[in-house]
Amino acid sequence: MIGNLPYVAVVIFIGLGIYTLMFKKNLIKIAIGVVLIQNGVNLFLITLGYRKGAVAPIYTYAPSGQIMVLPTPQALTLTSIVIGIATTALILSVAMMIYKHYGTLDTDQVRRLKG
Amino acid sequence: MNLSNHIPILIIAIPLLAAFLLPLINRINKKATGILTTLALSVSLLLTIALAVKILTVGPQVYVFGATSPSLTLPSGLKFPIRIMFQIDAMSIFMGLITAVVSFLGAIYSLSFTKKYDGVDKYYSLLLLLTVGIFGMEFTGDIFNFFVFLEIASIASVALISFRGVDLGEPAEAGFKYMVVSSISALMVLFAIGIFYGQYDLLNFAALASVIKYSQLDKIALGLLIPVLAMKAGAVPMHMWTPDAYSEAPAPITMILVAASQASLYALFRVVFSLYNISLNTLTVGWIIIIFGLLSMFIGVTMAIIQKDIKRLMAYHAISQTGYMLLGVGVGLAVLANPEALKDYGITAMEGGIFHIMNHAMYKGLLFLTAGALFFRTGTRDLNKMGGLAHYMKYTTIFFIIGAAAIAGLPPFNGFASKLLIYESVYKFNPLLSIIAMVVSILTLASFVKVFHSAFLGPKLPQFKEVKEAPRSMVFAMAVLSCIIIFFGLFPDLIVKNLVHPAVMSLIEQLQYTGTVLGGM
Repeated sequence: MIGNLPYVAVVIFIGLGIYTLMFKKNLIKIAIGVVLIQNGVNLFLITLGYRKGAVAPIYTYAPSGQIMVLPTPQALTLTSIVIGIATTALILSVAMMIYKHYGTLDTDQVRRLKG
Repeated sequence: MNLSNHIPILIIAIPLLAAFLLPLINRINKKATGILTTLALSVSLLLTIALAVKILTVGPQVYVFGATSPSLTLPSGLKFPIRIMFQIDAMSIFMGLITAVVSFLGAIYSLSFTKKYDGVDKYYSLLLLLTVGIFGMEFTGDIFNFFVFLEIASIASVALISFRGVDLGEPAEAGFKYMVVSSISALMVLFAIGIFYGQYDLLNFAALASVIKYSQLDKIALGLLIPVLAMKAGAVPMHMWTPDAYSEAPAPITMILVAASQASLYALFRVVFSLYNISLNTLTVGWIIIIFGLLSMFIGVTMAIIQKDIKRLMAYHAISQTGYMLLGVGVGLAVLANPEALKDYGITAMEGGIFHIMNHAMYKGLLFLTAGALFFRTGTRDLNKMGGLAHYMKYTTIFFIIGAAAIAGLPPFNGFASKLLIYESVYKFNPLLSIIAMVVSILTLASFVKVFHSAFLGPKLPQFKEVKEAPRSMVFAMAVLSCIIIFFGLFPDLIVKNLVHPAVMSLIEQLQYTGTVLGGM
């Protein structure tokens, strides 16, 4: 049961992220919502590869007979984190440009494109 | 070393290298950046054509990174289950050809179009990265690699959409919307990848396809993948980013963005056909895709009629045309489990849908380029402020007529060929769908007559006295697209038989797809 707790955390992370995206009107908060979902997905990947009592997957240094955690999800997560940084930086820089031109971060007022 | 074996990676590596060389080149010579971009993309185009010839004569190609075969065991005993690879079959190269043509012409068009912009080297770098991302999405055989390329394409396209955001508010707003939409969809794709990996311990498309069981978890993964990929393709009701992003991006970028959306559409087809195939409930999923298509067609075109901004109007038409592709392929999917119906009209419907992808990229690209030429010379995108431009821009007028006739499905142009295939096959599946598709086509024509009338016809207006024909490189790019449109319209059989039919068959026949990689295993 206790082993499933990370999955509960994943659900909470993604749920909070989606809540933020849907109900918050500040562009920075929307960026935070995206980051929350990112963290949830990353945690999901890492949890998939976890094995109880296992060691780090460094083949040559592992004591024999010891089980290892899966290396692939860790590689995936690392890639995803790096991409996440680029995404977040871009979202925030675009939000900065919006603030410069509109003078506000409120999505109700950033609405020149419609129809 | 035989270079011809390395064509698949060279198609991607050359633009990628050029993208990171450009900032250096810019230090030496500012004008060289555009020319280098065009050169890199022309090499990519030639290699893609060479690869297409190879694939259509020899068969699907697998390019494995760091090894000669997908499951090579090293002398030390180290063995990967399945290595990372590019798997390119007729469908992938079909999309690859579109991307290569569109990005090459986009670069040529940009040579004149970007004269008013600052930081052109960054523009070209991003253009190359966007192209790399699209190529990667289409060629990869690894689902995680697909996610990475999806993100590369998204990040590059957001930066390009908001490229003018330094001076204006609207592009930044459109860029923000697109960034949020694309990062959410990419993360949901990643979540689905996690679900697959947790179940099967595999990341390769073909290997996954051979073991997939359509369990409850697989259904969840499918439920995540279909909406987000349809969202990235711009299908209604997830289309809210499309008109903003398409209308605010610079015109050549909009043309490449259309190809980027189609790469997501390709991924959607790859998932339902190559990954799941008949293991899923094809009738239900087929109808879901058909309904996405119907909504896109109808809502897209009705929203387009009321637009006043020329590029926004065309963007809504892009949504509407995406509906045709979804309709054609959706009908094919709905009858996938029924061999007789598939043979009778399913394959034709899919041919229509897939052929429409290529036609759409060409004529919609042309229309966006003409809109870009109008914007370049007049400085406005508002149809109410334009008028009488046919007096000043003769070539652009002709190109616009060709593009508008093609999108409305008038006979000697390519839109007619693919739409006719869709009408006659979908009619056998369900007559009502076919009738809706025709009505949408008529509405499309009506809306483009309006654009033609308000932008090109009428007396000479005093404020446009200075307007001239578009610069030479822009006319060249539009002329090439027009030639392709007319050629496809005159000889549709040639294209359908040699390019489209193999693409459709490679989608339908899952065993062939898995067999190329797993082979003797």
